[in-house]
Amino acid sequence: MSKAPFHSPSAALMEKSAVIGRSLWADAWARLVRNKAAIISMYVLLFLVIMAIFGPMLWVHKFDKIYIDRVLNAPSWADMHPFGNDPQGRDLFVRLLHGLRISLAVGVVATSVSLTIGVLWGATAGYLGGKIDQIMMRIVDILYALPFIFFVIILMVVFGRNIILIFVAIGAVEWLTMARIVRGQTLSLRKKEFIEAAQAAGLTTFDIISRHIVPNLLGPVVVYVTLTIPQVILAESFLSFLGLGVQEPMTSLGNLISIGAKEMEIAPWLLIFPAATMMIALFCLNFIGDGLRDAIDPKDR
Amino acid sequence: MLSFSIKRLLVAIPTMLIIIAMAFFLMRAAPGSPFDSERAMSAEIRQLIMAHYGFDKPLFVQFLDYLNGLLRFDLGPSLVYKDQSVIEIVSSGFPVSIVLGLSALTLALMVGVPLGLAAALNHNNATDYSIMAIAMAGICIPTFVTGPLLSLVIGVYLGWLPTAGLELGKMTVATMLLPVVTLSLPQIAIISRMVRASAIEVLNSNFVRTARAKGLPEVTVLTRHALRASILPLVSYIGPACAALITGSVVIENVFQLPGIGRNFITSALQRDYPVVMAVVILYASLIIIMNLIADLFYAILDPKVTLE
Repeated sequence: MSKAPFHSPSAALMEKSAVIGRSLWADAWARLVRNKAAIISMYVLLFLVIMAIFGPMLWVHKFDKIYIDRVLNAPSWADMHPFGNDPQGRDLFVRLLHGLRISLAVGVVATSVSLTIGVLWGATAGYLGGKIDQIMMRIVDILYALPFIFFVIILMVVFGRNIILIFVAIGAVEWLTMARIVRGQTLSLRKKEFIEAAQAAGLTTFDIISRHIVPNLLGPVVVYVTLTIPQVILAESFLSFLGLGVQEPMTSLGNLISIGAKEMEIAPWLLIFPAATMMIALFCLNFIGDGLRDAIDPKDR
Repeated sequence: MLSFSIKRLLVAIPTMLIIIAMAFFLMRAAPGSPFDSERAMSAEIRQLIMAHYGFDKPLFVQFLDYLNGLLRFDLGPSLVYKDQSVIEIVSSGFPVSIVLGLSALTLALMVGVPLGLAAALNHNNATDYSIMAIAMAGICIPTFVTGPLLSLVIGVYLGWLPTAGLELGKMTVATMLLPVVTLSLPQIAIISRMVRASAIEVLNSNFVRTARAKGLPEVTVLTRHALRASILPLVSYIGPACAALITGSVVIENVFQLPGIGRNFITSALQRDYPVVMAVVILYASLIIIMNLIADLFYAILDPKVTLE
């Protein structure tokens, strides 16, 4: 961590107007900018996001357009199929962008679900304490023991392969760790003076949690959220790989990889391009997450 | 320690009950029934079949019946494979999965711990960075990518190892090598990162400095003092690792077409073979609970600061 320049008291007083105080977040940002891997990852990820959003609209082929005469064609620029064609003759490039779009959307939405549940649950348990805290955290402990992927699989079987359900089911699985982190932080915040002041001012419990506790949890929560997104994307791909994810003609990265794995002996490009895209996206997200952790919580460097 | 174990196992009973209830009622809420795939049958025959399996009773009574059977280790017959009991199906797949999982865990520990220590001893130099880059790759690349890629390169292009097709009783090193390696890769990555982080902390701590100041040879400092403290966090990771391996083996069994229990689970869930699905969930949930208990016990043995209450 960089040290503040030394000033004598009188000089500091004189310069007071000139020196701009650095907030916690400005400090964290300065550390993050120095982390090259994280910054490069941000640019790459931004590029991927823009491609995923606008690519499918602008590309010459549509993601569900079937070309019967181009089944399993190798990559070539002749018909504008730079990544080749899939077993139905569809253009892999645009399907890849479409799949990336779905995977990123699942990542963001399911993480928001887990964020909402986890923060509210953890903050409530930590703030109220006592019996309620014990019961709430015991529930978390019980859920931890579940072989969760099996329950997600059962859910998918029960309610059909509905994309909204994928969002909710994965989000509902991933909130446990968030709740534990938030509770721990809340327990230490609860005794601080500003909470006491808020209580003395007569704020309701809900107002104290939402206006005073939650904003102070931001640091660890932001870090954990960036590390949850890749996990969620992996979980969705896992389901899609097993044939339980999004439904045709929609696709996701996991779905494309599973098709590629089946055809890899005759059409390796069907595996290589989706796998590479997924790896790049996950690398970026993990590097950004690690960078944020080092920037916001620099104690374990 | 004994009373602690007993207490934990008692607490596990309500947990198991909740898990069983969730799985039971969720499965029954699924549309379709295990008898759908057969040719259209008359209403009377359907009625008879339902009555034979007790499906005409109220759902809650069926649940109680199921629990009652469970107490006598009677998991019922498979609804799809008429001549097999659930126990037979599960016990034919379980050895494959357990061999796969345990070998992967062993491999992950054997490779991950030395890698993490090597990275910590070379903190912030090229060795550290390259080991951590490899670990990052292991975390980012899912097994369903590494699995097909490995079998494409080693199995198909190079032809060194068989890519798929394991018959039970023919588990050989050659057929299990690729699946085990694939399953262990993410765990190697996670374990090496954990060991590195804790070893860096331990190597900077006072007791290691004291050990060095006493004039102990570096090897003794590392093996007798640092190693033991650095691998402590690993012990509490055994529980989550076990869960991750179980999840991972579902994919691995599909990629390499191993006749394990994870593959059974998915086909059974799709065919609405309720008893098989229930059995797998119960088996894995109890496995995770037991592994967590073992982890806690080990932790107490290894770390004198921890006392079991």
